[in-house]
Amino acid sequence: MKSRFLAVFQSPLFVGLMLMSCVSLAADDGGLATLRGASIPSAAPASGDALKKAIEDAPLERDFTQQPPLVSHAIDNYPVTKNFNKCLECHSWENYRKKKATKVSQSHFQDADGKERASISPRRYFCVQCHVPQVDAKPLIANTYQRPNTR
Amino acid sequence: MTKPSLFRRGFRFISVGVLAAFLLGIVFTAAFNVAVDKTNTEAFCISCHEMKNNYREYQDTIHYANRSGMRAICSDCHVPKAFAPKMLAKLRASKDLYHSILGAIDTPEKFESRRQEMAQREWARMKANDSQECRNCHDADSFDYGSQGYRSAQQHEEGLRTGQTCIDCHKGIAHRLPQIDQGIGSSGATGISQEVLHSESAEKE
Repeated sequence: MKSRFLAVFQSPLFVGLMLMSCVSLAADDGGLATLRGASIPSAAPASGDALKKAIEDAPLERDFTQQPPLVSHAIDNYPVTKNFNKCLECHSWENYRKKKATKVSQSHFQDADGKERASISPRRYFCVQCHVPQVDAKPLIANTYQRPNTR
Repeated sequence: MTKPSLFRRGFRFISVGVLAAFLLGIVFTAAFNVAVDKTNTEAFCISCHEMKNNYREYQDTIHYANRSGMRAICSDCHVPKAFAPKMLAKLRASKDLYHSILGAIDTPEKFESRRQEMAQREWARMKANDSQECRNCHDADSFDYGSQGYRSAQQHEEGLRTGQTCIDCHKGIAHRLPQIDQGIGSSGATGISQEVLHSESAEKE
């Protein structure tokens, strides 16, 4: 039994696997290809702390014309479940005046069949699918993208 | 040796009896407390499988995990600290055994169908005792409004001034809310109204 176990380490398959792993380790990018074509930096990744804190100030400008507006406050522990949507506590047409909040756009009242509804369409119910809290997120890769002048 | 008088013997008998009763009393009180404390542990609460899903929900909330490592377990919110209300709560909770045998909430579907009723019962209980279990840890007198967000500070001051209690606003913070009627689609009709969620009906009365 013991001798058969040791024999595994001498088998050609095992030796081949060891060689292959050595070869892949030798490449600088760890053998990984990136979709951006940029190499993965070997330095420690940047801190993600900035992404944890929403900027509770005026909403940031949109970066492209169809961009869903950003959420200008933290939304930790604000549930959006099948039973209840915390966002609508302030942003629904019923409540926005009292809470001095932005109201949900009327474009969100149209259902999948193009029919106008009296309130938010179920397909627009899950706010955080598009609207995310604004944070101080730096571009991952330097780029020349310009915000269109829409004002 | 002369035999002690009948009176003397009676007195000795009674004093030994009183002492024994006193010691037994201490032992029983201690044992009773240990037993009650045992039923206040998290492990005891989730030993019934009805509580498993419920427990999973609570694990996503700030009362389970947070940056300072404080945790409020089931009994911190659901069982009063004072003796008499605690015993009442324990007596009331004995009906859970009956419903456990019946299998009243033994599937997630059954639990969901009774969530409204169970949630409202707990809201009413907390409203009636001025959210005592919240206040065991959160003392409004110690609020530092300067370090609260401006929305929180405003709402807290306003709420406390008008005699509202924690549970009036802070519902569904440790478990998911039952269905609330927010006027979305056609399913909203079966939900709890927003007035009940915000305890507005109670204010008008």
